[in-house]
Amino acid sequence: LERKGRLEIATLPTGPWGPSLYKKPFEESFEETPLLVAVLTYMGYGILTIFGYLRDFLRHWSIEKCQVAREKEEQKDFVPLYQDFENFYTRNLYMRIRDNWNRPICSVPGAKMDLVESVSHDFNWTFEHTGRVVKDVINMGSYNYLGFAENNGACADAAIEATEKYGVGVASSRCEMGNLDIHEELERLVARFLGVESSMAFGMGFATNSMNIPALTGKGCLILSDELNHASLVLGARLAGSTIRVFKHNNMQSLEKLLRDAIAHGQPRTHRPWKKILIVVEGIYSMEGSIVRLPEVVALKKRYKAYLYLDEAHSIGALGPNGRGVVDYFGLDPKDVDIMMGTFTKSFGAAGGYIGGKKELIDYLRCHSHSALYAISMSPPVAQQIISSMKSIMGEDGTTLGRQLSENTTYFRRKLREMGFIIYGNDDSPVVPMMLYMPAKIGAFGREMLKRNIGTVVVGFPATPIIESRARFCVSAAHTREMLDTALEATDEVGDLLQLKYSRREQPLPSLGWMAEESLLQD
Amino acid sequence: MTSQFKIATFYLYRMRQSWTTYLKELLEIVHYFYFAPAYHLILEGILILWIIRLLFSKTYKLHETYKLTEKEKEDLIEEWQPDPLVPPVSKDHPSLSYDVVTGHKITINGKECINFASFNFLGLLDNERVKQKALASLKKYGVGTCGPRGFYGTFDVHLELESRLAKFMKTEEAIIYSYGFATIASAIPAYSKRGDIIFVDEAACFSIQKGLQASRSFIKYFKHNDMEDLERMLKEQELEDQKNPRKARVTRKFIVVEGLYINTADICPLPELVTLKYKYKVRIFLEESMSFGVLGEHGRGVTEHFGVNIDDIDLISANMENAVASIGGFCCGRSFVIDHQRLSGQGYCFSASLPPMLAAAAIEALNIMEEDPEIFTVLRGKCKHVHKALQGIPGLKLVGVQSAPALHLQLERSSGSRDSDMQLLRTIVEYCLERRVALTLARYLEKEERFLPSPSIRVVVTVEQTEEDVHNAVSCIQEAASAVLK
Repeated sequence: LERKGRLEIATLPTGPWGPSLYKKPFEESFEETPLLVAVLTYMGYGILTIFGYLRDFLRHWSIEKCQVAREKEEQKDFVPLYQDFENFYTRNLYMRIRDNWNRPICSVPGAKMDLVESVSHDFNWTFEHTGRVVKDVINMGSYNYLGFAENNGACADAAIEATEKYGVGVASSRCEMGNLDIHEELERLVARFLGVESSMAFGMGFATNSMNIPALTGKGCLILSDELNHASLVLGARLAGSTIRVFKHNNMQSLEKLLRDAIAHGQPRTHRPWKKILIVVEGIYSMEGSIVRLPEVVALKKRYKAYLYLDEAHSIGALGPNGRGVVDYFGLDPKDVDIMMGTFTKSFGAAGGYIGGKKELIDYLRCHSHSALYAISMSPPVAQQIISSMKSIMGEDGTTLGRQLSENTTYFRRKLREMGFIIYGNDDSPVVPMMLYMPAKIGAFGREMLKRNIGTVVVGFPATPIIESRARFCVSAAHTREMLDTALEATDEVGDLLQLKYSRREQPLPSLGWMAEESLLQD
Repeated sequence: MTSQFKIATFYLYRMRQSWTTYLKELLEIVHYFYFAPAYHLILEGILILWIIRLLFSKTYKLHETYKLTEKEKEDLIEEWQPDPLVPPVSKDHPSLSYDVVTGHKITINGKECINFASFNFLGLLDNERVKQKALASLKKYGVGTCGPRGFYGTFDVHLELESRLAKFMKTEEAIIYSYGFATIASAIPAYSKRGDIIFVDEAACFSIQKGLQASRSFIKYFKHNDMEDLERMLKEQELEDQKNPRKARVTRKFIVVEGLYINTADICPLPELVTLKYKYKVRIFLEESMSFGVLGEHGRGVTEHFGVNIDDIDLISANMENAVASIGGFCCGRSFVIDHQRLSGQGYCFSASLPPMLAAAAIEALNIMEEDPEIFTVLRGKCKHVHKALQGIPGLKLVGVQSAPALHLQLERSSGSRDSDMQLLRTIVEYCLERRVALTLARYLEKEERFLPSPSIRVVVTVEQTEEDVHNAVSCIQEAASAVLK
């Protein structure tokens, strides 16, 4: 069989913009689905659909007990709240493997966590807690890239002080009576961290996108967004009322073509020139593990005079030699990105989002952002946690943390690839999607890994295309080498058990000098 | 025709035989065609000509009936100048100079004031018990949750808070969001899609408006608290439905109202709404951010205030940032309705969960509310007192009902322009700030609000304000009003 795969190595620029844009190799791979696997996956879904119809039929005719929640008696003649078909997937496919999600935990979501044991006696319709706790489960699912999810240490102490001083709530919006000095300190620090003139912080990362994109664009503007952008970016773009055009994931030719056509032809039907063009991309795409081709996007934006909105939810703190995100990773100038947005949930162990950029931009957002006027400001202990963790990243400890994460990432990815699994994404991204494809394997993988005391995240439709369901590992700087080895061993076992080693590529050569000692390890 | 065609082809096959038979048979074919009816031949001739024309004509494109050359494209690209990313903001725009508030002794710009501006209705912002519980949670779980609810972001604290809220409100289930604004803005689009109809009150708050916009349904506004207007619109809709019953069978209809309106400080007429609900078969979504923990004997909101059965309301949504003095929001109702949001509420599925210390603070606040229902009577008494005291300030009129804890003071006579009205009110606020009474202007996004309320000063009543505080504040406002609004 001829080996197929999309392996892209870009050391040379792909456009007429001068000498090399990339300072180091950019390796991403999205190996193609093997044909047999694709066919079997479709068959699997087909069988599940048939059984789903059968079960619906039985439930309708009361042969089988129906445990789906029902409408009230008095409201039976109202228009049904849900179309039957909308919930078909939920009732018949999701319900069978529902125990892999929403697993409650009762400890810090650090490198190891404690899960609340819950069992279901009626095939996942209801769960009950047995009262026992599964201790020391290795956490490969939480977004804890730099290991700041901890309940002791300098950050926690500072948060305790802030709670005692300010309390927990604020009860007013930023514009009215909710602007505390700790918010101002936070914003100054974030601006210094990112290398921009000024920044503004918000209470929720999702809301940062959905409330600020409408403040920046409106009717008569064009938003060019990547295919695989997050739901918050899509919602923000829709609420803005601008025209939205989608370009293929990380594909610069597609983006350039859209830009050229847009500027040349203007608005649809009236052909008036566009007021602004905004390119919306993410730093790391969490479902694919790919990193945006930022040097090319910046070159395109300069050439065609568009504005760039970069959502660094997963990449801030996790990429780059100084932990300053994807801009640092590529060695670019932060002033080239017009709007740098990010969240504090992932690498800083807190909650909330921020936007950084020029002073005019931030002043405008202070007056016109929906969040500043109508939403309650950030809670003080959360703001304090961000301040202390950010200072820690910027200070002496900063470099060690970053290196630990990139060492862990490289080791983990290399090992998984050597074992023969299909891994998507860039070699440097700490998000590692591993392909499962078949619907039954989604549930089986999650459960088998939990039996071996490892907590993983599995994702299926509709977050991913229907045949490309995957397991997603999030490597953290808090994971020690032993934990990663345990996880890898367990994955190997489960992979053999469930026949998940689909990759048909030849094994890559062993990498750089400092990792040479790993060749002595098992496998 | 086909039989003749068959005969003709049959003959053509046999033409292989020999030259002479070939010619003879050719002549026979021509003979047959000659004797075919005329209309056959004409029709077939036209058909053949049409096919030839279609084969050779250019494909017709509906758009781009012209093509630009590369050079024209380059010129257009060179010429195009975008607008600046943000328009310039004037330096004295009020939002740019915030009052910097430090701590909860409401210190503004170094001066300690009595707080009449934060929505701290039950005074729980600096309650020691709440702080201690939050600290205990911090020491156990850390600050952040590092993930959405589906991926190891569900803590036992969240499950406990959800069951406590459901028990408190006497509903089957509750669901928690990590941001108050996102609660109703994610709940509405989860149920109402394109093609459905929503009847909303004109004075609905901004988060409801964003939820409506995200849902892409037909929105119909009825006049504020005007049940006749609403009934008229429902009747019109019923007539429309009778004309097209098939479409009506799949069009869902909702009414979205607030329990206590934040913009006008009055209460919605809930019993009439429930009668309308059963008469016209529409579902009710009730937004109780301002009335949760305020109205009702035990603080359960406007349903308890009117004595309406809570099962009659399909969805109650509230934020925990006002009376409960934490962060976040929740929706409660029957499992049939709430469970759907666990997979389709955008702010729930795609966002990190509420930090556990904030959830613990909310649980403790609920404990306090349950242990001591007297607190609501005290709050109601204070609201009444403040309401009476603020009547009769020359130049300012009070907007709001007696039981509302967040009142508005508007100018009795507007000067004509919104900016100058705002400036006058701002001067009053600053005057009061000098005398250690913290008030604030009610702020709105002028260009985005659908029905922009008039400029006003927001006065908030909390349980912690003493009679003396209220007396001071009222006299301060009176002085300011008479000084500024001569």
